[in-house]
Amino acid sequence: MPLDRPYADIPGTTVFDAEQSRLGYHLNMFCMSLMKADNRVRFKADERAYLDEWPMTEAQKQAVLARDYNGMIALGGNIYFLAKVFATDGKSFQYAAALMTGMSQADYAAMMLNGGRPAGLAPATKEPGNG
Amino acid sequence: MARITAGVATSHVPAIGAALDLGKTQEPYWQPLFRGYEFSKRWIEQQRPDVVFLVYNDHATAFSLDFIPTFAIGCAASFAPADEGWGPRPVPVVEGHPALAWHIAQSVIQSDFDLTIVNRMEVDHGLTVPLSLMFGQPQAWPCRVIPFAVNVVQYPPPSGRRCYELGKALARAVESFDEDLNVQIWGTGGMSHQLQGPRAGLINREFDTRFLDRLVNEPEALAAMPHIDYLRDAGSEGIELVMWLIMRGALSAQVREVHRFYHVPASNTAVGHLVLENT
Repeated sequence: MPLDRPYADIPGTTVFDAEQSRLGYHLNMFCMSLMKADNRVRFKADERAYLDEWPMTEAQKQAVLARDYNGMIALGGNIYFLAKVFATDGKSFQYAAALMTGMSQADYAAMMLNGGRPAGLAPATKEPGNG
Repeated sequence: MARITAGVATSHVPAIGAALDLGKTQEPYWQPLFRGYEFSKRWIEQQRPDVVFLVYNDHATAFSLDFIPTFAIGCAASFAPADEGWGPRPVPVVEGHPALAWHIAQSVIQSDFDLTIVNRMEVDHGLTVPLSLMFGQPQAWPCRVIPFAVNVVQYPPPSGRRCYELGKALARAVESFDEDLNVQIWGTGGMSHQLQGPRAGLINREFDTRFLDRLVNEPEALAAMPHIDYLRDAGSEGIELVMWLIMRGALSAQVREVHRFYHVPASNTAVGHLVLENT
């Protein structure tokens, strides 16, 4: 019997469940490796060569190279692990969040100051979540 | 005899730690947030807890995907602040309470909650930001801290009901410890926020307000709320709020709400804060 996934229809949201974690194990562990300063240096020196040390899919590697965070999430990435990538780039959580919503960082920051995104409203750039 | 005297709930947004560490607390963006903790800092100075049992979650820092414990209790003598990519926060090392932590571990496991015992662990902003909010910037933390890490990163986290019942077992464990200790329990994380995907930036003040009300007054009913309600209404990361139910479960049925604070935003997140005293 398949697992019950009542969250699959939440717009713009991918829940990091068993399936996503299984798909994303190597992608996320690559991200985790960037916690070490030496690894950050090696990654920055030659991103492709560093990624090739990990048994990730080509699509996952391309998403990392393109800093396509929604793409990485679709391929099993979890935001707390992906945070190691944008931290390596010297970028903030708010930068990454804005990027994923398709808004400019200024517009995103203004939305947050105005109380955030209303829960009832679907995101502007509609992308499928789980399922 | 050890006893739990009070509970504290607070969000643990990393940007709050950065604002403190970089001396930005007086900036217009941050001032209203830190003002919301002024009462609490005075309050805790009077309360003088010996030990804080601090429920938090690790954010892919001490635990990667290699090991994913649902409930992990820190039994070490000390816990160093972790390097989360920008160097460790300039905050004191966290001193544990191994005797009480081991006592709780043995007692709670025998009450059917299968904890993971951790003897070496670094602690990230999830644990150190609440300490900074409540104690400011001392040379050493003024009390011992038992870190209690809950998995809320890998879905599914434990249910609200499980967390609430665990809180009750924790209270029984503390009360059966012979030494005379003033113990507080803190629940951290939340409130509504979503950090990922096109729906990032979600905030739900109505949900948060109701959550605060129900946590104080009808925690039994609140504990029954299913995960899907958190995900839908409080955002994918808002599910951290199940940790507040551990705190509430460890307190008496009736509590005194001595302080409440709610503020939007801290970076991407709604900040909620409660100080509850046992009656």
